[in-house]
Amino acid sequence: MTSKRILIVLRHAPHGSSWSREGLEAALVGAALGQEVSLLFMGDGVFTLCSEQQVGALGQKGTAPMIDVLPMYDIERLCVDEQALIARGLETKDLMVAIEYVDPAELIAEHDIVLTF
Amino acid sequence: MNYALIVYGAPYSQQAAHSALRFAEALPHRGHRAATVFFYHDGIYNATRLMTPPQDEPNLRQRWSLLAKAHNTSLLVCVASALKRGIVDNKEARRHGLDGDSLAPEFELTGLGQLLDAALTHDCVVTFGA
Repeated sequence: MTSKRILIVLRHAPHGSSWSREGLEAALVGAALGQEVSLLFMGDGVFTLCSEQQVGALGQKGTAPMIDVLPMYDIERLCVDEQALIARGLETKDLMVAIEYVDPAELIAEHDIVLTF
Repeated sequence: MNYALIVYGAPYSQQAAHSALRFAEALPHRGHRAATVFFYHDGIYNATRLMTPPQDEPNLRQRWSLLAKAHNTSLLVCVASALKRGIVDNKEARRHGLDGDSLAPEFELTGLGQLLDAALTHDCVVTFGA
């Protein structure tokens, strides 16, 4: 299998649905298969990066621990649509990891495969 | 071209599964094929053999099955998503001491790696219901 660039787009908040967890799981599996994986956080997906998150009251595991392990899977590029942060009153100091601002259209064009969650 | 379809939507709740199925059925008319359909998230409910829709609504179970038989389409279901939502094959039912299985015969429980594998090896990937 030749290595391809995979972009996982996360568009949902980390609590209230399983979207972001299942998207992150796909990212980890892609990286474990030896592919180059980048993440793009758009819309409410930027909430996934907020620091000091608690585990959900519904018994869900939360996604913060998965964000923490991304470097161990060589997932280095965490990209954010700056407008999504601004619109939600967030700044980079509110986030748990270093991020890169991108133009989503350009980022998508750089990748071979785009999976949206 | 060989297409991989990814289905996130439960049948009869959202348009996603219905659109994916119609898309898959339309592909051969243009010389293409849905080689793999991967069911993830609530899409795994498409794989229940117990689906019993009223007669005046489309029968998705029957049509997925016909698609698989006519075009040798692999209907792959994420095992982690499926088990926690109650979609189990005979092997998993026995392993977990359950009194019955619920996976329709044309579907196959598989790992999430198969989703990535389908995306990497097919000509085109189309997502339904994100």
